[in-house]
Amino acid sequence: MADIERTVRPAGRIFIARAQVMDADEVRRALMRIAHEIVERNRGLEKVVVVGLQTGGVPLAGKLAAILEEIEGATVPLGSIDVAFYRDDIGLRPVYPEEVTDLPFDINGRVVILVDDVLFTGRTVRAALEALAARGRADSVQLAVMVDRGHRELPIRPDFVGKNLPTRRDESVDVSDQGVAIGELHTTEKESEAR
Amino acid sequence: MSIDELVEVRRAPAVRHLLSINDLGRDGILEIMRLADAFAEVSERPIPKVPALRGRTVATVFMEPSTRTRLSFETAAKRLSADTMTFTAASSSTVKGESLRDTVETIDAMGIDAMVIRHHSSGAPLRVTDWIGASVINAGDGTHEHPTQALLDSYTILETLRARQGGAEPHDLSGLRIAIVGDIKHSRVARSDVLAFAALGAEVVLVAPPTLMPASIEGWPVQATGDLDAILGELDVIYLLRIQAERLGEVLLPSLDEYHWRYGLTRARAAALKKDALIMHPGPMIRGVEISPDVADLPASLVTRQVRNGVLVRMAVLFHLLGSGEI
Repeated sequence: MADIERTVRPAGRIFIARAQVMDADEVRRALMRIAHEIVERNRGLEKVVVVGLQTGGVPLAGKLAAILEEIEGATVPLGSIDVAFYRDDIGLRPVYPEEVTDLPFDINGRVVILVDDVLFTGRTVRAALEALAARGRADSVQLAVMVDRGHRELPIRPDFVGKNLPTRRDESVDVSDQGVAIGELHTTEKESEAR
Repeated sequence: MSIDELVEVRRAPAVRHLLSINDLGRDGILEIMRLADAFAEVSERPIPKVPALRGRTVATVFMEPSTRTRLSFETAAKRLSADTMTFTAASSSTVKGESLRDTVETIDAMGIDAMVIRHHSSGAPLRVTDWIGASVINAGDGTHEHPTQALLDSYTILETLRARQGGAEPHDLSGLRIAIVGDIKHSRVARSDVLAFAALGAEVVLVAPPTLMPASIEGWPVQATGDLDAILGELDVIYLLRIQAERLGEVLLPSLDEYHWRYGLTRARAAALKKDALIMHPGPMIRGVEISPDVADLPASLVTRQVRNGVLVRMAVLFHLLGSGEI
């Protein structure tokens, strides 16, 4: 299987896949199912906005919003947030924002569908909830993830899941256009030099 | 690994400082620019604040008068949810004769994470790094450097270019011709700006009468001239420095009027600039000396934009030094 290079700021790491878990079609079907579940749960899309978490959740959020619009024939506001400034490990490890947050709408009174690729410890989601709360009071926040890999460190659970995937802590899960793969993150020479 | 490298590793500082633009280098400057972009979004929110530096304390120690730099740093710290402590020389024990060392050690003992220091002696912030355990940020030391000013200047130019090109990213300042005009000799802003602009690929020209040019600019990545009018038409950015009356101990200029006549940005000179040239000034502006009163208010003037960006860039510097952890 080909190496997939992921850039983990500020130093690069390489993700080496061991096994493919979902192919591109399975990811698309899972998104389709999640979209229908969102429509069903919220009885339509009247107040629904979709917010992707930087960086892995953003492409998924875009696809999810497109499917939702197709199903209901309504426009769904789409945004993205970077939670770097809300993380609880600032100062413990290098924490840098990947992208500028883009939330071009008011979240007060909305139903926010928070989208991420992989749910792991739950700490990113906690930071995202704080980032959202700083913007206003959403009617509700619901969490959609492509993969729930377990190992939660906080009382956070997803509302919509593409696939539950049991993992070891030291493994890594990669979600991309090609599908979902499980493998390991390897330190590159560049990073070793930086240390 | 050679012995030199081993020594280098041992000395690798656990605490990070910003004393000179050279502490950052090109990559560091670009990292600050990226962070400042993220903070620009934060500052446009109804509540322009993030909890990133909650529980940290930033002390500002100003042994020289300043309004904008001190306020800018304090605003930046507060928007990152850090606590701030303010020390100004006029209202403190320094007037009773306390030494700089005793002063900073006392402040450090109160438990701070960063000290933003301005001092009339070049190199004072470097000395302070030996005395305290907190990160030291140089907010202007004598005629040496003022790195955050250069960072906000670079950010302001980059931001303006990007806005002009409809968001298409100019990666750096390469291809730009930037003139820095005025009292280069006494200007810490000029020193930091030269380093930052050159690191980002710009071509820098220093313009000053011989008496206000440093004794030697050998090794600086710049050209120099005394004739502003000859180069006006080639400039992309004209950066005017304040004539620092308080540093002109000796008679270096016949008169301020003559300076204005030869080096001031008058309406006629502004008209000779390229149509899209940018006009910058670190403030405080002395209208009628380095710039004509009406030119300062032209749309090409970025002076108020520089002040706004100062807060963003200082947020980026504080976060970069205090928030990002060990690398």
